[in-house]
Amino acid sequence: MDRFLFLTFDGLSRGAVYAAFALALVLIWRAARIVNFAQGAMAVATAYVAYSVADATGSYWLGFIVALVAGLLLGAGVERVVMRFVDHSSPLNGVVVALGLVLIIQGVLGMVYGNEFRPATAPFSRDGFDVGGIALLSNYDLFVFGAVGAVVVLLTLLFTRTPTGLRMRAAAFAPDVSRLLGVPVGGMLTLGWALAAAVGSLAGMLVIPTELGLHPTAMDIVFISAFTAAVVGGLDSPIGSVLGGLIVGLLLSYISGYLGATVAPMAVLALLVVVLLGRPDGLFSRSAKARTA
Amino acid sequence: MTIVKDRLKSATAAPTRAARLNPLIVLVVGAAIIVALTYTLPPFRTYQLATVGAYLCVTAGLTVLTGLNGQLSLGHGALMATGAYTLALWQNKFNLLAVGIVVAILVTTAVGAVIGLAAARLRGPYLAGLTLAVAVVVPSITSTFDETFNSDQGLSVILNPPPESMTVEQWQAWLCWGAALITVFALTILTRGRFGRDMRAVRDDETAARLAGISVARTQVSAFVVSAACAGLAGALFAVIAQSVSPGAFPLTLSLFLLMAIVIGGLGRLTGALIGALLLVALPAIAHEIGESAGSQRLEGNLALTFFGVVLVVVMLAAPGGLASLRIPFRRFRTKKH
Repeated sequence: MDRFLFLTFDGLSRGAVYAAFALALVLIWRAARIVNFAQGAMAVATAYVAYSVADATGSYWLGFIVALVAGLLLGAGVERVVMRFVDHSSPLNGVVVALGLVLIIQGVLGMVYGNEFRPATAPFSRDGFDVGGIALLSNYDLFVFGAVGAVVVLLTLLFTRTPTGLRMRAAAFAPDVSRLLGVPVGGMLTLGWALAAAVGSLAGMLVIPTELGLHPTAMDIVFISAFTAAVVGGLDSPIGSVLGGLIVGLLLSYISGYLGATVAPMAVLALLVVVLLGRPDGLFSRSAKARTA
Repeated sequence: MTIVKDRLKSATAAPTRAARLNPLIVLVVGAAIIVALTYTLPPFRTYQLATVGAYLCVTAGLTVLTGLNGQLSLGHGALMATGAYTLALWQNKFNLLAVGIVVAILVTTAVGAVIGLAAARLRGPYLAGLTLAVAVVVPSITSTFDETFNSDQGLSVILNPPPESMTVEQWQAWLCWGAALITVFALTILTRGRFGRDMRAVRDDETAARLAGISVARTQVSAFVVSAACAGLAGALFAVIAQSVSPGAFPLTLSLFLLMAIVIGGLGRLTGALIGALLLVALPAIAHEIGESAGSQRLEGNLALTFFGVVLVVVMLAAPGGLASLRIPFRRFRTKKH
């Protein structure tokens, strides 16, 4: 039972990160109908920048802020310079271009920083508090929950309570009408990419200290988990992606805890296959419309 | 009436244009060129030539799947790993290469059929995501079952020495190009016939294809199985060339490289697959030389990575038809008379 409790809390903490990352994927999917396969590589790139700044200045938090700002800029840049010019007649094109970006980012990171794992320190202790003899939550877990929770609340407020959020939703769902009504659709798209990339950077900053460390390909498996989370929740549903993230986090934690860490990637693949074949619109979707986009 | 006649004319003219190269002649000429090259090139170049042949097997299969049938697969690196590991396990037990290659193809075909069954129900980013997951996850299986696969170290492949009359490199080149030419020959025959027409129909409009009596799911699964068999063959050949297999040889970037190769060459064209296979060997070699002259280890692999990425993005944005499509204006001009 102790072990089960420990794994549950560990899973929720991991799941919160996957939720944030899945949320970033869903944001771009809703805005542009593109699954951003470069999300993981972009997050790693900003994490490298952040740790360079942190090393140079000695302040983790300065690096943290730099990561978020770099995410905003990178997201906007990718949309403005590359994604805007993708021919959308085939859904393959966006995917292929994103994968090209993955190669570019990984190659550049490897050239600048080298292909070794670099240690990445966490800002808080990762030792759990003692609750009745079991080490459950650590300071770092609380930080993760707080950060992801804040992002979810802020994004919800942005999309439901502000004129900008309304414009972004309008630009995504009815671009032509929105343009007629004076909404800068292109700008909203750029803003969507920027926000999503910043959320992805946050997820990267949260997950990298808990894994092996910084590496150009460090986010590959995280990307798969987050993509699974987004699919579990339904690619169109921000709330679904958060729930999906928690589900995937718990599953991974239980599987690693009881069956061994090397089985976990296979469990993600199995979950992805089952959900895609059984309920491709996600577990929480009401409509049974086929996803052909 | 004249319109119908014109249509008939262009309809009959189209296949003859497509069939302007007799695959049998290509096969014979190709074999002759390869034999000539293996006796003139220095050993290292011959080894590179063998690698091009092995890459050609998988890029040809992948371009049929993605270009003709419209299914994107990022899992072909993992399928190659399946073929390579099957061959390694077989060789270390029985040491019978010819049978081993066939077994590797069969096992990979079976795995490909399973993925293909799932893939036939998925479209666009969902299919890409699933096959990406396959590419990332499959190498980790070697750590889970480390008694069989020996985790990150991988396995060495036992091989008999080549016949005394030829060098190892010559033998490798003959083996790989023999396999590659047969693959290209078979795929040419296959895609020029009914199967190829079905695939293109499914790619262009699934509903119309279904109305025309084509089973969309069966066509998609068949296409995946065919291209998986090609990937298995290529994997087995790589195991023979390297005389070892390890998960590090089949990273996600390998699958992305394969994608880049067929996109640059022009999706759905076997000539494009050849261009892609050549680039897959030539670009890293050039990057290696640049890295060496700059004296930077970091540059070596990553320069090729970056270059591939840039090429992939630029080609997708500027010429989605790929390099092989650059002749199209000329051809269009020529066929305007019809």
